[in-house]
Amino acid sequence: MRQANTETYLRMYRQMVRIRNFEDQANQLYLSAKMPGLTHMYSGEEAVAVGICEALKVTDKITSTHRGHGHCVAKGAEFKQMFCELLGKEEGYCRGKGGSMHIADQSNGNLGANAIVGGSMGIATGAALSAKRLGTDDVTVCFFGDGATAQGLMYEVMNMAALWSLPVIYACENNGYSEYTRTDEIAAGSITARAEAFGIEAFKVDGQDVLAVNDLAQKLVARCRKGEGPFFIELETYRYHGHHVGDINRDYYRSKDEEKAWHANRDPITNFGAWLTGEGIADQGELDAINAAVKADAEAAVAYALDAKYPDGSEVDMHVFAGAS
Amino acid sequence: MMREITLSTAVNEAIAEEMRRDETIFLIGEDVAEAGTPFKITSGLVEEFGTDRVIDTPIAEPGFMGIAVGAAMTGSRPIVDLMFGDFIFLIMDQLCNQAAKTHYMSGGKLNVPLVLRTNMGATRRSAAQHSQSLHAIVAHIPGLKIAMPSSALEAKGLLKTAIRDDNPVVIFEDKLMYQDKAPVPEGELLIPFGQANIKREGTDITLIGTSSMVQVAEKAAETLAAEGISAEVIDPRTIVPLDMDTINASVRKTSRCIVIDEGHQSFGVTSEIAARIMEQSFYHLDGPVIRMGAMDVPIPFSPALEDITVPTPEGVIATARKLMAGEMFDV
Repeated sequence: MRQANTETYLRMYRQMVRIRNFEDQANQLYLSAKMPGLTHMYSGEEAVAVGICEALKVTDKITSTHRGHGHCVAKGAEFKQMFCELLGKEEGYCRGKGGSMHIADQSNGNLGANAIVGGSMGIATGAALSAKRLGTDDVTVCFFGDGATAQGLMYEVMNMAALWSLPVIYACENNGYSEYTRTDEIAAGSITARAEAFGIEAFKVDGQDVLAVNDLAQKLVARCRKGEGPFFIELETYRYHGHHVGDINRDYYRSKDEEKAWHANRDPITNFGAWLTGEGIADQGELDAINAAVKADAEAAVAYALDAKYPDGSEVDMHVFAGAS
Repeated sequence: MMREITLSTAVNEAIAEEMRRDETIFLIGEDVAEAGTPFKITSGLVEEFGTDRVIDTPIAEPGFMGIAVGAAMTGSRPIVDLMFGDFIFLIMDQLCNQAAKTHYMSGGKLNVPLVLRTNMGATRRSAAQHSQSLHAIVAHIPGLKIAMPSSALEAKGLLKTAIRDDNPVVIFEDKLMYQDKAPVPEGELLIPFGQANIKREGTDITLIGTSSMVQVAEKAAETLAAEGISAEVIDPRTIVPLDMDTINASVRKTSRCIVIDEGHQSFGVTSEIAARIMEQSFYHLDGPVIRMGAMDVPIPFSPALEDITVPTPEGVIATARKLMAGEMFDV
């Protein structure tokens, strides 16, 4: 059993390390003023995206958020096209037209990162309606944060998803902060009770534990495929950075001690690595080799993207309409 | 003799024909199934296509619009029924931030082939929240196509074209015209986007009208003809894309132009068309291009007030006479 799963475990570890490395590089690009605009880091939340996306197949769909690099990597995207997108280059997944907040590898079922908080909840639910109507067995996962639970759209589409038994999983990444405000200041009552009010089965899981997340996701995805959806998951997690890379001085809403404690005790990569070595699935040397290989990959992709060309100015009015020349 | 059908029947026929042709099409909105909408436009469709393809929703416009966007991105071709055009403000994020931008933001990788059918038009005594003509507001957003049928013929032909388009298309039907009959041929009918229709040829003045304002322009042209003023009437049929070639050719011939549209006059469709004419045909003009839109007031309930707010044939006639006489226009 364990032997058969070794490959899966190491892939989950590697994917989490890839997200962390991508974000570290993105942060450096911002700090060194090589990246246009700004970006929202997924660091600290890796087990959520990886635990869920490892339960999905390529044609399953996800919708992502402004904090979307992690979902993009976890759903199968490559570093090169991602860094090119981050830097507004022609070879980016969106030909440089989306940037950090709209990054998506569409060919892997990523329906886009959405810069409107809660804006993708209809899209995810509609993708599930398509799957049900057209008879595919695809499942859609809608990633969103605790902040998005304050948007009315969520309640409208959960109502319809429940009425129509749609194969969609609402994955609430509760990182404790709605931008610069503590979640308990913006969310009354229980998060999962919001879904339960519609008769949707709701679960709470430790979002720092990739195995717990993956185990739950596997079960719910399988049930969705059997027509038992929708489902709701609240994943308790933590974002290591501020709301965005420029949110440096954040003592007024979050203490340094709290951040240190999460880094020290709840880091999803460190803890999963310790579990892997403790269980004898991998030794530290193997994990170090993965870490080093991913870091080298990320550095090479950054170098490639920095040298890549920008889209030609003639592309500015291309893709306004489909089917137009 | 060609058969005549109502605009309502034309819309119903277009939807039914397209749904028979393409299984990926479904209809979604409030009371579209057994009720057939308050205007009875979709009556009978649920009997033929079932509740799987004619989907009644809760009263949750942003929700079902968002669901339609996601369905359109994943192989479906939804037709969304928005009961009143005024409700478009409820769905602005899903329409303008999501549907309109998805193709562009994805670098051309994702499409949103959906049709949003809604309505417009005052003088139904429905007051300020059920009478607006809000097409200019969405025409401002790149990535949306906007069709404005002026009769049953256009209602059918433009809707069928919209359903086959790979982009989000918004169709504004004038709710006062649903029972108006017009000759519509049997069988396939597709009217291409971006091709204006010259409804009446003339040599002295061009009257450009959208939707029901085409009828207003035609009535004005009749009276003006009796006075020896030859008016050309043009129906753009779609405002995005807009057929400026036909409009410019007409204005260069007549040298005078009035643009008539039921949206509010300020910052509206009349302003846009007038500005383009002045940019592109200024040296052919013998007078200012005049805008005639709905007054810049919320639509009032009282018939005594409401009727004043929208352009009328009498108003167009008076304006045309002034323009022909070379009189100045007040602010």
